[in-house]
Amino acid sequence: MTWWEVLVQQTINGLTRGAVFALIALGYTMVYGIIELINFAHGDVFMLGLFISLAWFTLLGVTTPLTGWQLVTLLPLVFLLTMLTTAALNVAIDRVAYRPLRRSTRLAPLITAIGVSFMLENAALLWMGPAPIAYPDVFPSVEILREWFGLDSAIFVTTKDVLVVCATVPLMLALHYFVTRTRWGKAMRATAQDRETAQAMGINVERTILVTFFVGGALAGAAGLIQGMYYNIGQWWMGYQAGLRAFTAAVLGGIGSMGGAALGGLVIGLLSAWSDQYISARWTNAIVFSILILVLVFRPHGLLGERAADKA
Amino acid sequence: MRLSRIAAVAVVLFAVAVASGDVAAQQCPKGKLRLYTSWPMQGAMVPEGTGMKNGVDLAVAEVNGVVAGYCLEVVNLDDASPQTGKWDGAVEAENANKAVGDPLAIVYIGTYNSGAAKVSIPITNRAHMAQVTPANTYPGLTKKRGAAPGEPEIYRPGGFVNYFRPVPADDIQGAVGAKWAKRLGVKKVYILNDQELYGKGIADVFEATAKKIGLPVVANEGIDWKQPDQKPVLTKIRASGADLVYLGGVIETGAQVVIRQMKEVGLTAPRTRFMGPDGLLEEELLKSATCDAALGTDMRITFAGLPFEKMRGVGAKTYETYKTKFGKEPTSYALYAAEGTRVILDAIKRSAPAIEKAKDVTEKREAVRKAIAATKNFEGINGKWSFDENGDVDYDTMSGFKVVKAHTPIGCTFQIETSLA
Repeated sequence: MTWWEVLVQQTINGLTRGAVFALIALGYTMVYGIIELINFAHGDVFMLGLFISLAWFTLLGVTTPLTGWQLVTLLPLVFLLTMLTTAALNVAIDRVAYRPLRRSTRLAPLITAIGVSFMLENAALLWMGPAPIAYPDVFPSVEILREWFGLDSAIFVTTKDVLVVCATVPLMLALHYFVTRTRWGKAMRATAQDRETAQAMGINVERTILVTFFVGGALAGAAGLIQGMYYNIGQWWMGYQAGLRAFTAAVLGGIGSMGGAALGGLVIGLLSAWSDQYISARWTNAIVFSILILVLVFRPHGLLGERAADKA
Repeated sequence: MRLSRIAAVAVVLFAVAVASGDVAAQQCPKGKLRLYTSWPMQGAMVPEGTGMKNGVDLAVAEVNGVVAGYCLEVVNLDDASPQTGKWDGAVEAENANKAVGDPLAIVYIGTYNSGAAKVSIPITNRAHMAQVTPANTYPGLTKKRGAAPGEPEIYRPGGFVNYFRPVPADDIQGAVGAKWAKRLGVKKVYILNDQELYGKGIADVFEATAKKIGLPVVANEGIDWKQPDQKPVLTKIRASGADLVYLGGVIETGAQVVIRQMKEVGLTAPRTRFMGPDGLLEEELLKSATCDAALGTDMRITFAGLPFEKMRGVGAKTYETYKTKFGKEPTSYALYAAEGTRVILDAIKRSAPAIEKAKDVTEKREAVRKAIAATKNFEGINGKWSFDENGDVDYDTMSGFKVVKAHTPIGCTFQIETSLA
C-alpha cells in the first residue's frame, strides 16, 4: 500500500465509523435541544436496537445473507419494525422517567436517565446473557472495486461500507426535512427556543416532546441495526461505550445543533481512525478527548453550536 | 392422614441422619478437611467452571473422599460478579477470606483468571494456606520473566511460596509461539494485545522471544477492545506488510472482531496469517468470528500442555475416566483441576503426621503447604514433573492447533497440528 492508499482507506474506515456515531449523536442532541436533558439512556436504546433488530430477523427466519428481492422487501421491513420498537421504547422511557420530573430541577431527570440506563443494560444482560452475541451476516458483503469493477486496488470498499452511508445519509436528510419543513418540525424548533412562549402560541408542548423522543428512538434503533449488520457483534454493555462516543460527538459539534451532531460524529470517526494509523490505537481515546477539550476551550459552543437556526 | 405422613417422613429423615452420621464417624477418625474452590461459575464461564469443578470431584472420588483418615469436603465458590459475569476482585477477596476464616479449610483451589489470583494469593499467603490453580498462566504470579516490577514478591507478604500451578505459564507459551511462527516461515510479525494482564503478558514475551531469535516485530500495540471496530488498526497492519498477526487476548476481549475484520481488510493467508494463545482456544470464538474468516487467516493457536486425546499414561487414563464419569469431553482446564487436586491429596497424605501434631489450624495448613512445595517426580497428565522453587512445573510441553474445516454445526474446529517445545 502506498501512503495515499493508506490515507484513503483510513478515511473510509473513519467515515463509516463516524456515520454510526453521528446517527446516535443526533438522538442526544435532539432531546437536549428540546428539554435540555442529557439523555444518558440513549446509548442503551441504541444497544437494544441492535438486539431488537436481531430478534426481528430471527422472527422472520433470516440467518443467512439476504439476496435479491429480500434486500428490497425484508431489509426495509426490519428497519421499520426496529425503528418503531425503539421509538416506542424511547417514548415510554420519557413517560415513566422524565415526564413526571418536567418541572423539577434539571439534575433530577439526569439522575433518572442514569437509572434508566442501568435498567436497560440489565434488561439486555438478562435477555441476551453476558457473552458477546454473534450477529448473523444478513447483509451480503461484496468487495466492490475488485469484484464489480475488476480493479486490482489495495483499497477495500465493501457493500457493507456502502450500506452504512446509504442508510445514514437518507435518514439524516429525512430528519433535516422533518425539522425544517414540516409543522411538527416547526413546533419542535419553537419549543426548543422558548417552551413557555411556544405553549402560549398554542403549540402542544408535551406532544412535541413525545415526537422528539419518538424520532430520537427511531434513529437509535436504525443505528443499532446498522451497527449489527456492519460489525456482526453485540454485547449488553456496548451502549455505554457507544453512547459516550456519540455524546462526545454531539458536544464537539455543539449540543443542540443537528448539523453539529452529524459533523461531530464524522470528525470523531475520522480522528480515531487516523489516530489508530498514525499514532497508536492505545492513544486514540486520549487523542479524541484532548481534541474535544481543545475545541471546547476555544469554541465553548462546539463547532456549529452558535447557529441557533440549527437548534431543534 | 397428613400428620402421619409428616411423621413418617420425619422418621425416615432421622434414620438417614443417624445412618450417615455413623458412616462419617467410621470413615473419618481424624475429622474433616475442606478444600475451597473459587472461579467464575456463571454466564459464558459455566462450561469451563463446571469442567474444573468436575476435575476436582474426579480426584476426590478416586480416594472415595477420604485421605489419611480425613474426610474431604469440597466447597465451591463463584468469584464472578452477577453484574458482568466476569471475575470480580471484591468477590474473589471475599471468597479467599471466607476460606481463610474457616478452621476446617486446608487448601484453596483457584483461580481461573490471573487477575483474581493477584487478589487472593496474598490473603491465603498470610494464612499459610496453600493455593493451587488449575488455570492461571500469568507469569508474574510466580516468576520474574514476563512479570511487572515487584512481582512476584508482592504476592508473598509472608516471604514464602504458597501458590502452586500444575500448568505451564504464559512466558513459555509466548516463547514457544514465537519459535513456532519462525518455523512456519513468518518474515515479519505485528503483535496486538488487549491491554489486559493475560493478553499483554503473553504478547510481551512473544515480542521479546521473536526479537531474540531474529523474527522482526513491527509493533506490539494495545487495542481498545471495547470498540467493535478494529479496521483502522488492521489497515495499518496491512500497510506495514507484516505476514503474521499475533493477538494476545482471550475470547471475551474482541478476538472475534479482529479475526473477522482481518478478512474484511484483506489480511488473509497466504499474505497474512493469524496466531494466538490458548485464551482463544474455544469453539465459541469460531462461532462468532465465522469459520470462513478463521480459515481464511490460517488461524493457529498454541496450547500449554498436550491436548487431552494425545496424552499417554496417567493423562490418557484421567481423560477416559472423565469422559465416562461426566459423559462429555473435558474443558480446557478440567484435567488440570484434577491434577492439582491429586497433588493436594498426595501432599495431605505425606503430611498427615505433621497435621496431627499441629497445635492450630495455621500449623496444619503450613504442613500441607510444605508438602505441596516438596512435590517431586509427580506422575502427572503430561508426564513426570516436579515443582520448582517458584511453585511452577518444570516441563514446557506445548501443542499447536490449527483451524480446519469440519462437519459440525459450526463448520470448522481446532485440530492439533504439531507438538511444540
